[in-house]
Amino acid sequence: MTDEHHTIAESSHAGEHEPFLAHHFDTHAQQLNAGKLGMWIFLLTEILLFSGLFLIYTVYRSHHPEIFVWAHQFLDKTLGGVNTVVLIASSFTMAWAVRCAQKNQRRGSIVLLVLTWFCACGFLGIKYVEYKHKWQDGLLWASRFKPNEHEIEAIQKHYPDPGHVASDVENAPRNAGIFFSIYFAMTGLHGLHVLAGMIAIGWVLRRSIRGDFNSQYFGPVDFVGLYWHLVDLIWIYLFPLLYLIH
Amino acid sequence: MAETAYTTADNDSYLTHDRGVLSWLFSLDHKRIGVMYLVSILTAFLLGGTFSTLVRMELMYPNKPAESVVAEKTLIPREIFSKDNYNKFFTTHGAVMIFLFIIPGIPAALGNFVLPIMLGAKDVAFPRLNLFSLWLWWSGCVFFLLTLLFGGLDTGWTFYTPYSTSTETRVVPAVVGAFILGFSSIFTGLNFIVTIHTLRPPGMTWFKMPLFLWSLYATALIQVLATPVLGITLMLLGVERVLSIGIFDPKLGGDPVLFQHFFWFYSHPAVYIMILPGMGIISELISVFSHKHIFGYRFIAYSSVAIALLGFLVWGHHMFTSGQSAMASMIFSALTFSVSIPSAIKVFNWLATMYKGSISLQTPMCYGLMFIFLFGIGGLTGLFLGALATNVPLHNTYFVVAHFHYVMFGGTMVAFLGGIHYWWPKITGRMFSEFWGRLAALIVFTGFNLTFFPQFLMGTHGMPRRYYDYSSLALEHPEIATYNFLSSIGSLILAVGLILILIYLLASLFNGRPAPANPWGGATLEWQCSSPPPYYNFKSPPTVDDPYDFTNIHYDPEIRGYIKTTDNS
Repeated sequence: MTDEHHTIAESSHAGEHEPFLAHHFDTHAQQLNAGKLGMWIFLLTEILLFSGLFLIYTVYRSHHPEIFVWAHQFLDKTLGGVNTVVLIASSFTMAWAVRCAQKNQRRGSIVLLVLTWFCACGFLGIKYVEYKHKWQDGLLWASRFKPNEHEIEAIQKHYPDPGHVASDVENAPRNAGIFFSIYFAMTGLHGLHVLAGMIAIGWVLRRSIRGDFNSQYFGPVDFVGLYWHLVDLIWIYLFPLLYLIH
Repeated sequence: MAETAYTTADNDSYLTHDRGVLSWLFSLDHKRIGVMYLVSILTAFLLGGTFSTLVRMELMYPNKPAESVVAEKTLIPREIFSKDNYNKFFTTHGAVMIFLFIIPGIPAALGNFVLPIMLGAKDVAFPRLNLFSLWLWWSGCVFFLLTLLFGGLDTGWTFYTPYSTSTETRVVPAVVGAFILGFSSIFTGLNFIVTIHTLRPPGMTWFKMPLFLWSLYATALIQVLATPVLGITLMLLGVERVLSIGIFDPKLGGDPVLFQHFFWFYSHPAVYIMILPGMGIISELISVFSHKHIFGYRFIAYSSVAIALLGFLVWGHHMFTSGQSAMASMIFSALTFSVSIPSAIKVFNWLATMYKGSISLQTPMCYGLMFIFLFGIGGLTGLFLGALATNVPLHNTYFVVAHFHYVMFGGTMVAFLGGIHYWWPKITGRMFSEFWGRLAALIVFTGFNLTFFPQFLMGTHGMPRRYYDYSSLALEHPEIATYNFLSSIGSLILAVGLILILIYLLASLFNGRPAPANPWGGATLEWQCSSPPPYYNFKSPPTVDDPYDFTNIHYDPEIRGYIKTTDNS
């Protein structure tokens, strides 16, 4: 992805003792290429995993647009927007951390990974607040969808919606709960991926502190970075699809 | 050529490099992982096979035979077990055979062992991921066993909703198990793709790769591109069971047909995960045992990739009677025929390879020929089912059962048996008995056809699949009882053949003669290293030649194997 990779082949010396060069690879460049290809294929499988949910979203939205227009009003655009900014910021710190690792800047890489990790924490914290509201309001998946009228009125006062669609419970379209099934399935699976990303970032952070990485061997930081960008990218699609419906 | 490679003087092989159970369980060596897979999937096959035999025993006679149909005195009781158990048994047979045996079968067991050596590499690209994928497979097995222990599963291996969301049996552990097994399969595929892309030694260009590797590559593409969709489907089904989110439940506004679309979007391509590696093995066997260069190398290579890609476009032919629109059914029907083109290209190229070849009918070749014959029947009957008009009456009858067993057992399993016999000397360093090998092949062939050919007839006479009892049907169509009886007898003969194979292969470990490096005269790289191969596969990087050029490979009666001569002597 960056120009640094091309110089690695020349600077590597076969036969020398290399602690992180696996025996079946000849050079660091070969190892990095293999790892990168593997990571991209893995990301492809992740996209396909989510694609099932995106397809379900498409099918139900095209069949029942009224459910989506009605139900999305209960999602908190402000919190969702803040979370989007948090994740984009974390992608930036992650990309910078990879750059630092490639340039032997150990301390910079550590600081940036810590920042990324805390952004991920912040994202999940805000998501928790949102889920809690949904739980209190009874805005849950289809079988548990029992909107609590009182709570909803309070929300309406707080976020007056100028839209044309009435958001009162009596006017809920039939099977409106399916929207929240899809909402929880998509954001839940995404949340699990954020959690997995935090574990992965913690792992490369530990290895950075130990000093495993240098300008020849920085693959793991790079791969975790790629994964993290994908997790962000999926959220960037989820946010408008779920929160910003017209 | 390094002739020393053919001596077994230095004993350091992958089998003896380390000792102890832990050195196996935590081994990163692709050969040991392949062998562990082999043992594991054969155990699963034994389990799945036992359940199928039980099912056949139940169906041997109708439960309430008319006097005229079957005589009073029957050898076994007519109702062996209850109908609920029957449902669980055929479900377990299907789920175990599909998820535990046939999908990982050739790629993970034989592929793991052979792929890096054929390629001239020291290992797969990610050895730890390879071991992880085996451990995932074992974890998936544990969940399947839990399913069995805590009451079994009766949905059929397809988990169709809404039955799977309402049945009392254990859907969740089974779904978790299949989900984990899916990831095991994805990681194997990912590993193979990266290995083939990045670990080819100098000289090993794409078109110098043996065709088995092309087929594994095409298989890996499907594993990576289709399995995640199964993952999300099963995940949603599990969540549906636990939380009732309603996505597949019409009561809550969901759509059960959507589940079928999702399921078959994976499971139809998965059919090619099962058959493509088998076709790869057959390409090797036909060429080596005809001692003749493979005919149409590039066509066979490209047809593997074509099958992989076209396989993604035909899933709707499983749903002709599920309420899919007539237009969709027509399009899927037309697209289904397109898969037959690359499949037929392979068969014709194999036949052309044998033409004027010097064919030796050793055991692996017996399976090679068996494959072409049985796959021919299985493939052509697939056209009956792909055609919309004939599918509707044949749907959910035994015709379908017979068809996919001809492809899956007659195709994949036979290719797997051929592959095991072909690489057995390489894997174990021992030769098996040719006499028993050929005899068992004959028994398997007889038993298989006796089991499944009558099922085509049963199906056309109206016997539905998955039925526990056919008494009333047999009153009207007495021949159905006869076909069922023949089929059950055939399954016993088949079982005898398979057990015989197990016995003589195990016996060869103790009294088989040590295998030469190249017992069959193959030209691919795995025959250049000793049998069994050394820990790092090759002491020096092998020289890569045309994998099907047999001109310099000659039989040496002294070592009872083939050697490669450098000059034209």
